[in-house]
This record gives sequence, structure tokens and C-alpha cells, in this order.
Amino acid sequence: MSEVAIIGIGLHPFGRTPHRSGLEQGVVAAQAALADARLSWKEVQYAFGGSHSAGNADTMVDRLGLTGLPFINVANGCATGGSALIGAYMAISSGQCDVAIAVGFDKHEAGAFSVNPRDWGLGNWYGEAGLALTTQFFAMKLHRYMHDYGITHDTLVRVAAKAYANGALNPNAWRRKALSYEEIAQSPMLNEPLRKYMFCSPAEGAAALVLASAAAVRKFGGKPVTLRAAVIRTRNFGSFEVFSPSLALQRAPSPSVFASRAAYEMAAVGPEDVDIAQLQDTESGAEIIHMAENGFCRDGDQEAMIREEQTCIGGRLPINTDGGCLANGEPIGASGLRQVYELCLQLRGDAGARQVPNKARIGYSHVYGAPGVSAVTVLAV
Amino acid sequence: MQRSIDTQLFEWPSDDPRLVGSECTACSVVTFPRQTSCPRCCGADVVPRRLGTSGRLWTWTTQEFLPKPPYALARSAGEFAPFRVGYVELPGEVLVESRIVAADDEPVVIGMPMRLTFVPLFTDAAGDEVICFAFEPLREGA
Repeated sequence: MSEVAIIGIGLHPFGRTPHRSGLEQGVVAAQAALADARLSWKEVQYAFGGSHSAGNADTMVDRLGLTGLPFINVANGCATGGSALIGAYMAISSGQCDVAIAVGFDKHEAGAFSVNPRDWGLGNWYGEAGLALTTQFFAMKLHRYMHDYGITHDTLVRVAAKAYANGALNPNAWRRKALSYEEIAQSPMLNEPLRKYMFCSPAEGAAALVLASAAAVRKFGGKPVTLRAAVIRTRNFGSFEVFSPSLALQRAPSPSVFASRAAYEMAAVGPEDVDIAQLQDTESGAEIIHMAENGFCRDGDQEAMIREEQTCIGGRLPINTDGGCLANGEPIGASGLRQVYELCLQLRGDAGARQVPNKARIGYSHVYGAPGVSAVTVLAV
Repeated sequence: MQRSIDTQLFEWPSDDPRLVGSECTACSVVTFPRQTSCPRCCGADVVPRRLGTSGRLWTWTTQEFLPKPPYALARSAGEFAPFRVGYVELPGEVLVESRIVAADDEPVVIGMPMRLTFVPLFTDAAGDEVICFAFEPLREGA
């Protein structure tokens, strides 16, 4: 397949923007990505976009321009942004077009996500009885992981502290104030072992990426970042997923493991080659578990890596340098593209106060969502 | 009157109520609640299976904030009482997700023996007491 590059990146600040709908934030991000690529909307040949709670992405053409282009709406939970990116990637790599855009946006009400059990193939009893909460899944997966691999509460606090410290350096982040170890460790318990400041919160924001073929890169120039792999996988029998009234006796790896392996193979690199990573950090424990699921360490090695600050900006493998979901909040449709936006910024050397100092060449992004879907990208300059 | 929270989940009323899952006749995989096909081998030949009543706690957590609707036990933070949930591994069958019923000061740990119970969860709009399955620690001598 032919090479695909990201030639334009755009973001609408994350957090709360009361005067702007989610869709309008998507338009802002798309326009910013086009401006970054020095392209007009008329030059975009294919669009993929999505949100979870903020409307139909394709309606934004009445703001961007009614050029008649094909625009496919994507709905894939937390992997919505990643799926839009894969759509754009496939449209170009298959030779269907030379320039495509992926846009993700969202706007959620405050508090934990509201869940209709029937949307997930479950009876209403599951919600009535108090089991239909994503936060319980994350806490239970983590509890077992801590039990099996010796991850401590201290490490959960350290991951959250890193996220807010990075967010403080990011002008587009929602939470731009570093929190002390004590503030995190003493915040209210929500789902044992996870406390308030260890969880991300549903929020708002948008991100967009302009992708181009090798021919279009030659034509338009700019600062291309090569998309070496873009992979999505769903669960295999036996994996432990959100909204599971029962689990098989037989345990299987998470879909993240399969997406990760396929992405390394496609990109012809290994985890040891990755200079910077953005990993789904729905909560502190998710980042820790995802470090192993994506091949960056063995189960349990996170304790030492995090204590030694290897995952901080300036460390051996900086993770979630923009503050991740913890500092940016979780607008479901936008988060996967935010990760790639951040990687592009870092690989281009444009990340300002939070620029990693290790001359990063290979970047890695990972999202995971209900009901067991994972999307991974590998980027290179 | 009492009613089951969902008639598909367990036998109620019954002298010996059990959770009812399904079992694949081809590969023996057990699911709960019952399904019409097998998630492992994709076979469609599945039969109902009465599940065992005891096992060990595989993982657990607490719920310490008010869930959004359709949560039926409380509508406001003032009414809300925190609770525990977990997965109980029924040997040779399946792991079932459930509310864990234990005294507030009773420690809950991974690996502890548990047994099936049935509890009234809430009263519905018709005034009926709604029964749901749960698991509780299997105490010494019980």
C-alpha cells in the first residue's frame, strides 16, 4: 500500500466551551487542520468524522463548504476518532483519493457517562441494579491487575500527578493546574482503588487531521508526519471487557494486545523503537495496564518505570505528554485524534513548553473503549 | 408482592433458586445470562444451564457515587448508599458479575469464598418488591 502522511493538524481547546456546540468545535478543529496544511476545504476529497453525543459529523459541511465530497460518519465508542483516522488512511492507501480529513468532536454533560443497557445488548436490570458503570469495570480490571502484578496505590497517584503536571504545560488542556501527591491521594474514593483525581471526566473538545498521499505531500509540502500503521481490533473470546455480566473461565488478552502487535508488524518497528506514546488513560490504572498491553514493558515492571520517572517528559519513554484524558477530559469522539495531534506536534518539534527533549522520531497512539475495541497508530518523521 | 428483576436471569419463585445461564453443546462454554449462540465457537446449539451457587471472588470494587438512571435504588445523592460489586468465579462454569452483599466493616478480598443469595433491591412503581441475585461471603460455620 502506498505511503500516507498527516500534513495538517487542528484542535479546538478541550474542557468546557458553553458558547459553542460540539459540532461547532469540530468545525473549528477542521478549519485549523486545513490552515495548518495550507489547504482549502475544496481540496479535501474524502471525510470521516464522528461524535458520541454531539451530533452527526457530516452536517458540518454546511459550515465548511458544500463541495459534494463523500463524508462518512463514524461511531465506535472511545475508538471513534481512531476509526475516523483509519477510514481516511484506507481511503488514501487504497488509491481512492489523495487528500482526506478525519475529524472527531464531542460535548458531554457533567458526571459519569449515562448508559442505556439496551444499547449494549443487556437487559435494563443491569442498570437498575447499579452495574452499568464503565468506572466499575476499570476499577475491577485494575484491582485484579494490582493483585496479580504488585502494582501499588502509590503508582496510581504518580500517574495522575504526571498527567496534571503535563496538562499545566498545555494551553489547550482542560485541567491546567498541577495537583500535589496529597491532593490526588486524598481525593474522594469513587470506585476502589480509584479516587476522583485518578479518573478522567467526560468533557468537550475536537481534533482534526488532514491526511495526504505521497503525491499530495510532494504537491503541498508542509511538515508531513508519516502514518506507518493504523489498526483497529475488537475483542477475542475470554478478554475482560466493559459491560460483561459474565466472563469466560478462559482468559484472553485485551484487543489492545492484538491491535498493538498488528501495528508494530505493519510499521516494521518494535516497542523498543518508540520514542513517545499516548496511551488511553481513562484512569490511572488504564495507563499502567496499557503500558504492558502495548508491549512497552512486562506486567509489573511499571512500578519501577514510573517511580524512576521514565514516562515523564524527559524520561526514556514519555507517555501522555499533553496530559492525556486525565488533564484533557474525555470527549469520546475527539480523544483518539487528540492523541495523534499531540504526537504530530511532538515529532515536528512544535510542542513548546512540553516538547520532549529526546529528538523523537517514532510516536505511538492507543485508544481503548467499550465494548472491547482498540485502535493503535504508529507515526514517524 | 415480590417479583424478579428480570425473569431471564434466575428461577423465581423457587425453593432452590439458581442463576440460569446457557451452555454450548459443541464446546461446553457457559454464559450468563443465557444466550442463543456461543460466543466462543459461534455455534447456535445452546441449552439452558442452572449455575452453581458458590465460588471465589475474582475481583471487586466499590460504587461510591450515585449511578445515573436507570439505577433504581436511589434517585438522589441523599438517598444513595454505597455498595460493592465483583466477579465470582463459579468453578468449571463461568465468572458472574454481581452485587456483593457484606457488612460495611466486613473486609472483602480477592479469592475469598462466596455464595449465591437473593436480596430485595428496591420497590417499583407498582409497589412490588424487586428481587435480584447477589453474592455474599461464605462465613465460617455457615
